[in-house]
Amino acid sequence: MDDIIRKVLSEHGKLTVDTATIGVDDDLYRSGLTSHATVNVMLGLEDEFDLEFPNRLLRKTTFQSIRSISEALTEIGATADA
Amino acid sequence: MIDVRVGVDLTSIDAVEASLVRFGPRYTDRLFTARELEDSRGTLSARASSLAARFAAKEATIKALRVGHDAPEWTEIEVRRVPDGWCSLHLLGQAATLAQRAGLDQWSLALTHEANMAAAVVVAVGSGHGVDHDDTANDGEGA
Repeated sequence: MDDIIRKVLSEHGKLTVDTATIGVDDDLYRSGLTSHATVNVMLGLEDEFDLEFPNRLLRKTTFQSIRSISEALTEIGATADA
Repeated sequence: MIDVRVGVDLTSIDAVEASLVRFGPRYTDRLFTARELEDSRGTLSARASSLAARFAAKEATIKALRVGHDAPEWTEIEVRRVPDGWCSLHLLGQAATLAQRAGLDQWSLALTHEANMAAAVVVAVGSGHGVDHDDTANDGEGA
């Protein structure tokens, strides 16, 4: 699942660093993730995992790190082999 | 004591245009109200400029509210174009509740866009005496 998250972050996150170098607990906002890019990341994840993020998860903390994104995806039913 | 807060944000018009092309209504429906979309009709470029300014206004409002984990949904902060051509800010739902709790009852907004960037400045003024209860009756009308 983390590899797909990294792929989506690369495509939509507009980060200032290579996503391959980001640790699962690193703060993505410190790596250049903006609120606007977060929306694109969310929509990109919805496409990859064929699901929809509920509004309650559209919070800054959801997209704080690769781990927090992974936990949110697991909570809404995403599977690692998407 | 009067409490005055300022929020400011800068949003890339190109980034908004790219999102409009890539995600279409899935993107706009998550971020903007029906009224905002109606106020932002036009060519792709014109829509992107208008919506980028509105996104900047939402971000600036969140900064003025000084909230983190409790940030309201994007569509609970609405920019309305008034007949004179100006825009006003209206808070709904959780955004209105947060403003009321902070004692912020007057809001003012300025938008601009030039070249590739749109900007918004939001000023909030209040008594500084917020309330602790969950009265959501105020939808921000008259703000």
